[in-house]
This record gives sequence, structure tokens and C-alpha cells, in this order.
Amino acid sequence: MIKVLDRIQAGEVLLSDGAMGTELQKRGLPTGACPEEFNVTHAEIVQSIYRDYYRAGSDIIETNTFGGTRSRLAIHGKENEVYRFNRRGAELAREVCPPGRFVAGSMGPTGEILEPLGTLSVAKAYDYFAEQAEALAEGGVDIIYVETMMAIEEAEIAVKAVKEKTGLPVVGSMTFNLTDGGVRTSMGVDAATMVGRLTAVGADLLGANCGTGVEVVLAAIEEMQPLSPLPFLAQPNAGIPQMTDHLIVYPETPQSFEQKIEQVLQFRIGILGGCCGTGPEHIIRLRTLLNKHHPVG
Amino acid sequence: MMNEKLKLLAICIERGKVDSQTSYPPDMQGQSGASELTRELLDEDVDPNDILAKALMVGMQRIGDKFGNGQAFIPDLLIAAKAMYAAMAHLKPYFDSGAARHKGTIILGTVAGDLHDIGKNLVRMVMEGDGWKVIDLGTNVSAEKFVDSVRSNPGSMVGLSALLTTTMLNMGPITQKVKELNAETKVFVGGAPLSQQFCDKIGADGYFPDPQSLVRHLNTKPN
Ligand code: B1M
Repeated sequence: MIKVLDRIQAGEVLLSDGAMGTELQKRGLPTGACPEEFNVTHAEIVQSIYRDYYRAGSDIIETNTFGGTRSRLAIHGKENEVYRFNRRGAELAREVCPPGRFVAGSMGPTGEILEPLGTLSVAKAYDYFAEQAEALAEGGVDIIYVETMMAIEEAEIAVKAVKEKTGLPVVGSMTFNLTDGGVRTSMGVDAATMVGRLTAVGADLLGANCGTGVEVVLAAIEEMQPLSPLPFLAQPNAGIPQMTDHLIVYPETPQSFEQKIEQVLQFRIGILGGCCGTGPEHIIRLRTLLNKHHPVG
Repeated sequence: MMNEKLKLLAICIERGKVDSQTSYPPDMQGQSGASELTRELLDEDVDPNDILAKALMVGMQRIGDKFGNGQAFIPDLLIAAKAMYAAMAHLKPYFDSGAARHKGTIILGTVAGDLHDIGKNLVRMVMEGDGWKVIDLGTNVSAEKFVDSVRSNPGSMVGLSALLTTTMLNMGPITQKVKELNAETKVFVGGAPLSQQFCDKIGADGYFPDPQSLVRHLNTKPN
């Protein structure tokens, strides 16, 4: 079987999935509940989302493990479930993954701030990520996305932990904002810093995900491309969330999302997809778009 | 003179100048920081409420606005928060009433998903100062924790704080669960993105833009 990285390195643009969190909420995850726990308590719901994304045309779907580090699970009192929740999240995906498609293990930030500004030590952060990466690898993922990172040190530690503990291909992806001085993460990291430091620890792809919409992801990749020979991951949000009563809604419809994302394809994209506010409908659109750009066969 | 000092204090908060010992920010090395200036203002008999409103909140607002515009980043907010805490430590005794008997108990916390605790801690300081017992559950507090605390402290009120438009949505379910346990339990809410309208929508008993108005309300309402 051809490996995921081989296909990307051969120039193919692989289609990833859309959001997990918002889909889980639509299908019954109560506000404030632990999404990763659904991997063991509501396997059928998690699997229905995986399946819908594969059906919509995703080549790669992400496991429901974004908040699966010990520190994030501790918010729900589930810090001792790291292994079970992550491994099961990966196995559920493996079970429904059609031949020739892939499973990506999702790893998000710890939610803590590293020393000296915060209290998290480098050694502890490494352990958090190593523990999660090993469980995902055992569950059978093909690649790991370290995503939505804002602090460069934390992203570095995560990429390093994945590489050293699993040897799997890894994406290092951060969340940027548009500022007058170019793209920056909330912690102040610019594109050059990110490219330099994540490449040095062995990231196989660099990426921009989440954020305020397609525009910022486009700007980030435009800044990164001249600085690196690596392929990129682009997974923007469906715009800036707006509040209506008790609901958070995302303004980009599948149509407007597709139109904007077409511009992203002028860059060296290896993985394309969506983040918060995107669903299977958006992915169907992107499939059509990709087929147009890169006809199959 | 006093006004100059208040202005300087606002700058110390905005720039994260904690005290004269700290080397950050480099261009303010050796100068007095938030800690010393607050101490001096108090010694000059400046009203602690004025220090709060005219210096500390002003500096916080400025760095918050810069952050909102992409001119400052989270590390800047964290250092500003440190300076704010250094100043608040001096204010605390001035808000302390020393009353031996409590007027009542409030269970206070920043709601699930939210880590902002400066506002909540101010509410605590002002309420304790006014003679209320405060059970502080900290930040990122789940509905379950609030409910557990209400169960083990019958007759208490609940105070919820949230600073994010996303986490304020968690106030609804928390209020609901507290009321399910005991419909009589009063739930009060506050935090920058809230409004009376939002409070009404989620079925809470009152929205207060600052701790002073909360305390005023509690003191006037028949218990
Ligand atoms: C029970 O009854 C009551 C009654 C009254 C009550 C009450 C309860 N609770 C509060 N009150 C009232 O009384 C207090 C005194 O008058 C008042 O409390 P406040 O809390 O409003 O006021 C405080 C005394 C002073 N104000 C503050 O302490 C907040 C200041 C600002 C600058 C701020 C800070 C410092 C921080 N932050 Co954050 N932060 C901002 C803030 C911008 C701003 N100008 O407000 C805001 C709130 N942050 C924001 C964001 C986006 C974030 N922050 C984040 C993180 C942080 C720090 C940790 C770095 C730090 C907090 C440190 C700490 N220990 O608390 C992140 C979220 C983390 C999380 N999960 O909670 C993060 C998401 C950033 C990121 N990308 O990671 C923005 C929210 C945007 C939105 N619409 O939701 C923000 C408005 C900044 C901005 N301009 O974009 C009243 O509201």
C-alpha cells in the first residue's frame, strides 16, 4: 500500500476532513462535556462522523482526540484515560477507513502555558505529548497532526515527541491571526520562526489551521512557502464565528468556502481541509474542487 | 502629583512592570513598578477604588485593546496580569472589613473553559471586604463542581464570571443545573462580554458590571 507521505511527496493534494467538535455537538455532545470520552461511550456517533467524512470524499480523517492530552482530559477529571480514549479514537477510525485512505491522529495544545510565563515544564509537556502519540500509534494512525498550536516551544515539543516516540509522519500546524506586521499566533510567533523551528525538529509538513477563516490561512502559507521546501497543510475555519442567542454560527457557506479556498491551491499544498464550522457539506465541495484541479488518473 | 502617579501606574500595568526589581520591560529597569506605585498611592490616602478604576483597569483595558488589534500578544497579557496582581496585593487589606460575622455565603468561580481570574478575584476581594463569606472554586469550574458546592453549602448564593464570548455560553447550563438542585439558589453573573439581556435569557438572577454593584444589590435586597 502506498504510504500517505509518498502520495503527498509525489505532488498529490490529499483531502482531509472538516470539524469534529461542532459535528459532535450536532449529534448530541452536551456543551462542556468531554469530546474524547465519546470514543468509548458513544463509539457509534464518533464513527458516524468519520464515515460521513470518508463518504464526502476525505482521503484522510482526523481522530476525535484533539483534547486528548493528560492536561486537557484533567479538565473533565479524565486524566487517567489518555491511553484508552486516544487508542479507541484511532481504532474506531481504522475500522471504517476504506482501502487507500488514511487516518490522522489529532493532537492539540495542552491548554497550559510553558515556564517561565506559565507553570508547565518542558519535561512535563513532552510526557503529555509522548503519551498521547504512543496511544494514537497503537490505535493505528498513519500520520499525526500537531495542530492549532500557538506557542512555538509547545509545538516543537509535540513534533519532537511524535517523531521520537512513533516515527510517524507529522504535520506541525499553528493558528495565526492577521496583523499589520504579517501573520502572528496569539503568542506572537511569526511565520519565519515557525518554519525554522518546526523544520528543525523534523516536521514533514507545515501548516496553518483554525483561525478567522480562509484569508488568514492563505496569508500564512503565502509567507511560509518561500521559506521552506516542505508541503503545507491548510485547514481554515469557516470564517469568524458569530453569536446568535445561544448558538455560535460560522458565516462561510460550503459555496463561499469553496470559492475562497481555490486560491490556496496556488501554493504547495499537501493536505487541504477545514476546521471549526466546516462539515461534510464543505468537504463535498472541496472534493469537487480538487478533482477539477488534479483530475484523477 | 497624584494624577501623575495614577497615570504611571496604568503604564506599569499595560507594560507589565511588576516592581522595581524586575528587569522587564528593559526600558523601565530600575524604575518603580506597579507594586511600589500602588503602595505610595495608598500611603498618600488615595481611595483604593480610584486606584482600581483610574489606573489598574485603565492599563488592563489598554493592553486588552492592543491585543485585540494584533499589537500585543498573550505573553504581554500574562505579564500585565502579573503586574495587576502585584498591585492588588496592596489593595486587599483596604477592602477587608474585619467583620467577624458573615452576612451570607457566595460560591464564586470562573466558568468551564475560561481561565481569566483577575475579575473574579476582584469580586472576591470586594465581597469579603463587605463582610460576605466567599467560597472560591477558582477558574474553569464545571457545572458539577458548582452543584456539588451548593449541595455541601446549603443556603449559599452562586456567582459566575466569564470573559469569553464562547465560555459565557456555559453559564446557561450551569445556572440550569444549580436551579435544578434548588430553584431558590440565587445565581449572579458578571464579566466583560455579558449583559442584563443575556442574564435574563439564561435565567440567572442578576447581572453586575462590577463587584460594587453586586454588593450594593445584596445589601439592599431583603434576605
Ligand atoms: C458574580 O458576579 C460578578 C460580578 C461582576 C463581575 C464578575 C462576576 N466577573 C467579573 N466582573 C466584573 O468585575 C470586574 C471588576 O470590575 C470586571 O472583571 P473583568 O475580568 O472584566 O476585568 C478585570 C478586572 C480586568 N480584565 C482582565 O483581567 C482581562 C484582561 C485581558 C487583557 C485578558 C487577559 C489578562 C488574559 N487573557 Co484574554 N484577556 C482579555 C482581556 C481584555 C480586556 N481588556 O478585558 C480578553 C478577555 N481575552 C481574550 C481572549 C481571546 C483570550 N484570552 C486568553 C488568555 C488570557 C491570559 C491567560 C493571557 C490573561 C488572563 C490572566 C488571568 N490570570 O486572568 C485566551 C483564553 C484562555 C481561556 N481559556 O480562558 C484567549 C482566547 C487568547 C488566546 N487566543 O488564547 C479576548 C476575549 C474576546 C472575546 N470576545 O471572547 C479579550 C477581550 C482580549 C481581546 N481584546 O481580544 C467585571 O467584568
